[in-house]
Amino acid sequence: MEKKDKKPLKELEEFGKKLVGDVEKGRNPTIEFSLRTLSNVVYDTKTKTLGLGEKQQQRTFFNVGHAKKFLQSLEVAKVSKNLLVAGKHASLRDVFYMAKRTIPQSNINIVDDQVESDKAIEDLEIITDCSREQLNINANKMGSVAGNVVIEDSGDTINWAKLGSGGWSIPSNVEDIELKSVKAKYVIYMEKQAVWERLHEDKFWEKQNCIIVTSQGQTTRGIRRLLQRLSQEHSLPIYVLADFDPWGFYIYSVLKFGSINLAHMSGSMTLQNARFLGISADDATNYDLKKHFIKFKDVDSTRLKQISDYDWFKKNKEWQRQFKMMKDFGAKLEIQALSSKGITFISDKYLPEKIKKGEFLD
Amino acid sequence: MAKEIEAETKETPIAYELAKRQKEISVAEFFTKNRHLLGFDNKRKALLMAVKEAVDNSLDACEEARVPPEISVEIIEMAEFKYKIIVEDNGPGIVKKQIPNIFAKLLYGSKFHTLKQARGQQGIGISAAVLYAQLTTGKPVKITSRVSKKEPALYYELNIDTQNNKPVIAKEETIEWAKEHGTKVELDLEAEYVKGSQSVDEYLKQTAVINPHVTIIYTNPKSEQIIYARATDKLPDEAKEIKPHPYGIELGMLIDKLRWTESRTLQSFLTSEFSRVGPGTAKEICEYAAVLPNTNPSQVSRDMAEKILQGIQKTKIIAPPTDCLSPIGNELLEKGLRKEIKAEFYCTTSRPPAVYRGNPFVIEVGVAFGGEIPKEEKVNILRFANRVPLLYQEGACGMAKAIMETNWKPYGLQQSNDSIPYGHAVIVVHMSSVWVPFTSESKEAIAHYAEIIKEIKLALQECGRLLGYYVRKKIRITEQIERANMFEKYIPEVAESLAVLANENKEKILQALQKMLVKPEIKKEIVEDDSDDKLYRMEFAKKNGEERQEAA
Repeated sequence: MEKKDKKPLKELEEFGKKLVGDVEKGRNPTIEFSLRTLSNVVYDTKTKTLGLGEKQQQRTFFNVGHAKKFLQSLEVAKVSKNLLVAGKHASLRDVFYMAKRTIPQSNINIVDDQVESDKAIEDLEIITDCSREQLNINANKMGSVAGNVVIEDSGDTINWAKLGSGGWSIPSNVEDIELKSVKAKYVIYMEKQAVWERLHEDKFWEKQNCIIVTSQGQTTRGIRRLLQRLSQEHSLPIYVLADFDPWGFYIYSVLKFGSINLAHMSGSMTLQNARFLGISADDATNYDLKKHFIKFKDVDSTRLKQISDYDWFKKNKEWQRQFKMMKDFGAKLEIQALSSKGITFISDKYLPEKIKKGEFLD
Repeated sequence: MAKEIEAETKETPIAYELAKRQKEISVAEFFTKNRHLLGFDNKRKALLMAVKEAVDNSLDACEEARVPPEISVEIIEMAEFKYKIIVEDNGPGIVKKQIPNIFAKLLYGSKFHTLKQARGQQGIGISAAVLYAQLTTGKPVKITSRVSKKEPALYYELNIDTQNNKPVIAKEETIEWAKEHGTKVELDLEAEYVKGSQSVDEYLKQTAVINPHVTIIYTNPKSEQIIYARATDKLPDEAKEIKPHPYGIELGMLIDKLRWTESRTLQSFLTSEFSRVGPGTAKEICEYAAVLPNTNPSQVSRDMAEKILQGIQKTKIIAPPTDCLSPIGNELLEKGLRKEIKAEFYCTTSRPPAVYRGNPFVIEVGVAFGGEIPKEEKVNILRFANRVPLLYQEGACGMAKAIMETNWKPYGLQQSNDSIPYGHAVIVVHMSSVWVPFTSESKEAIAHYAEIIKEIKLALQECGRLLGYYVRKKIRITEQIERANMFEKYIPEVAESLAVLANENKEKILQALQKMLVKPEIKKEIVEDDSDDKLYRMEFAKKNGEERQEAA
C-alpha cells in the first residue's frame, strides 16, 4: 500500500469506529457533518472562494427519514475502503453498480439511481475530509487539452503538442501528474468541445503560445484541478470562453469561486486568476452579433436572477452590468455565433484582439 | 248560397263524431299499454319486478301480523323465456272476500289512503305483475291462502278483466295445505333470468341485508338453493299510522278533504284531519287565513282554501310525530351487513327523524370496508327505501347524489370531484318514511328533495368519520410494521459495512443493533411519525366547522 493512501484509510476507519462506539453504548448511531446546501455555503471575501458554514447535519440510523441515506453512506464508505486496500480505482458508475443490490428478503435496493451513490460519495468527502480522488473514486474522462507542454503520467512522457487532432484527454485524477515543461503565456478554457476543435485545427495554441482546454458542459474536477495546477505552479492566467447565457456565467463562477455542491472542496480547485473573456454583453454590440440572439425562456430568466443574487457577484459592479444588459436583451448567444464572421474569425481576430486589449471580466 | 246553408245544417259538427270514440280508459288498459311505468320494461326486469312485488307484499303482511317472516322464493324455467315464480310466506293469510281484489284489481289496497311506513304504497304492485303475466302467457295467477288452522286453505285461479279493471275468477276451491297460515302466489310469465347487479339474486341478498329479521329460502332456475337466515328474532317496531301533517298538504288535496270530511266546522276539520293541530293551532291557522273557525267545510270556496293553505304556512306547527316510522337501528343494520357482506370493518349511523313537505323520515347509513370487497372498483352502493332494495336508476337517485356530493377523501376513499368514490367499500343508504318520494311509479329512485339530501349527507359524514378513523389507523399500523421490518432488513447491511470499516466482528455489531430495535426510545423513532393522523384531524375539524355552519 502506498503512503498517500494512509490518510483516507485512517479516516474511514475512524468513521467506522465512531459508529461502532455509538452502537456499543446503545446510542442511535449518528453521523455528523457539515450541511451541504446553499443556506450553508459561505462566500469568503478574503480568499474569494466558497466554503461551508458552521451548520451541521445529523444522519441517524434509527430514523425513518435518515435510515436509507445512512445505509448508503456506509455502503460507499465500505466500497471505498475495499478499493483503497486493493489499490484499485473505480469510477462513479462502478461504485453505483457495486452498491446497487437488493437487500435479501425485501424489495429494497440500497441505491436505485446513480444520483444517490454520487451524493453519498460527496457526503463521504465531507465526513472523511478526503477528496473523491483520495478515496480512489474517479469521474469519467471528459476533457481535452493541447499546447506546448510536456508531462509525465504513470511513467509515460507525453507531449501535448504532438497528439494529433484529439489532443490529450484529461484523466479525472491529475494529482500524480508531473508538469515537466510548460511553455505558454496563458490558458484558455472553453465550454464547448467544438470550439476547442476549431482552435486546435487552426493551431491557435501554437500561434498564440498558449494552452487550450475544454470539457463538455460543466467543468469536471480533474480539469479544474489541472487548471489550478497550471495557474498556481506556472502562474498562468486562465481565460474562460463560454456562451453568453446564465449557464456560461456559472461555468466561470464555478471555476473562479467554487461550486455550491462541492463547496467543501473549494480550496483545492478554485482559480483566483480566472478571467471571463467572452462572450460578453459588449461583444454582442462590438462584433455585431445581435442578429444571432436566441430569445430567453423562463428558465433562463430565473437562472439569471439566481446568479445575479449570489453573494460573490452581488457587489461586483462590472458583473451586475453584464447581468442587467443580458436581462435587457432578454436573449443569449452561443460562442459559435462568431463563425458567422468567417470560420477562423475566432482564432484570427476575436481572441487575439480581446486578449491584447485586455477585454475581460474579473 | 242556399245550398251551402243546407249542407251546413245537414252535417253535424265534427266534435260529435269524435265524441263517439272518446270514452273512459280503464287503469288496467292503461297499464297494458304502459307497462314500463310499472317497471316491466323488459324480460329481465319483469322477472325481478314480479318477485319483488310478491316478496314485498309477503313481508308487509308478516310484519303487520307480527310474525317473523319466513319466505320461500322459487323460480322455475318452463321454456325459453317462460318462467314460473312461486312465492310462499308464513303470513296471516288473506280472507276469502279480498283475495280476488288484491291480486286481480289494480289500485286496490289498504296502504294508499294511510300514512304509515310500508313497503307497498299504491296497491299496484302485485296486480301489475298478475296483469303482466296474463299478457305474456295468458295464464291466470294461482293463489293459495289460509288464515288459521281452523279454516281450510283456499285456492284461486284469477284473471283480470282489463276493460273494467275487475277480477275474473277462473277457479275457486278449498284444498288441503300443510301450512297453518300463509299465502302462496304462483305466476307464469315471460321473463329472462340473469345474474348480476340488477338480478333477483341481488335483490334477495340486499333484502336480507336490510331485513335482518327475515329468513329467505331461494331456489333459482339453476336449482341452486340459497338460504338467507335471519340474524335476529326481533321484528321491527310496528309503524303507527298517522294523519298528514299540514305542511305537506297541497291545494287539490285540501279541497278534496274539505269536501269529504264529516266535520261541521273548519276548526274541527283541521284538528281531526291533520296531525299536530290542536284547537289553538287551528284557530291560529284560521286567523292567518282570515276565515272564521266555525265555517262549514263544505262552504269553503277555492279562494278560501288557498287562504287556509297560506295560513298553514304562516303558522308555527310542531314537526309530525315519528312513531309512524320504523327504522332499522344501528345495531340491526350492522348485523344485516355483517351476515351478507364479508368485510373487515362495519359502521352504521341512524339519524334522528327529519321532515320533508310535512312527511317525517329517517335516514340510516352503513359502510362495510375491506375484506372480500373488491379494491379498485367504484364503491358499491346499496339503496333502500322502507326496507326495499332499489336496484335501478342509481344515477337519478337522490341517495347517489348525496354520496357524490360528500367528500370521501378524508375518510380514506378515493374520489375524483363530485363522483362516486372508489375503494374497498360498500355504502348502504336507507330511507324510512310514511311516503317515500320516488321519481316514478316503478319506485327506483328517490327524488332530490333538499331536506332529504342534506340528511343523507349528514349521515354519510357521521359514518365516514368512523370509516376514516379506521382506514387511517390501518394505514398507520401497516406503515409501522413496514418500518420495523425495514430496520430489521437494514441492520445486517449496516453491520457488514461497519465491520469492514472498523475492522470489528460483524456478529457483535449485528446483535447490538438488533437489541436496540426494541429499546423504547428507538421504538419511538419508528412509531412516532403520525403526520397522517394530524392531517386527518385537521380535515376533521374543518369538516365539523362546515357542518356547524350548515346547521346554523
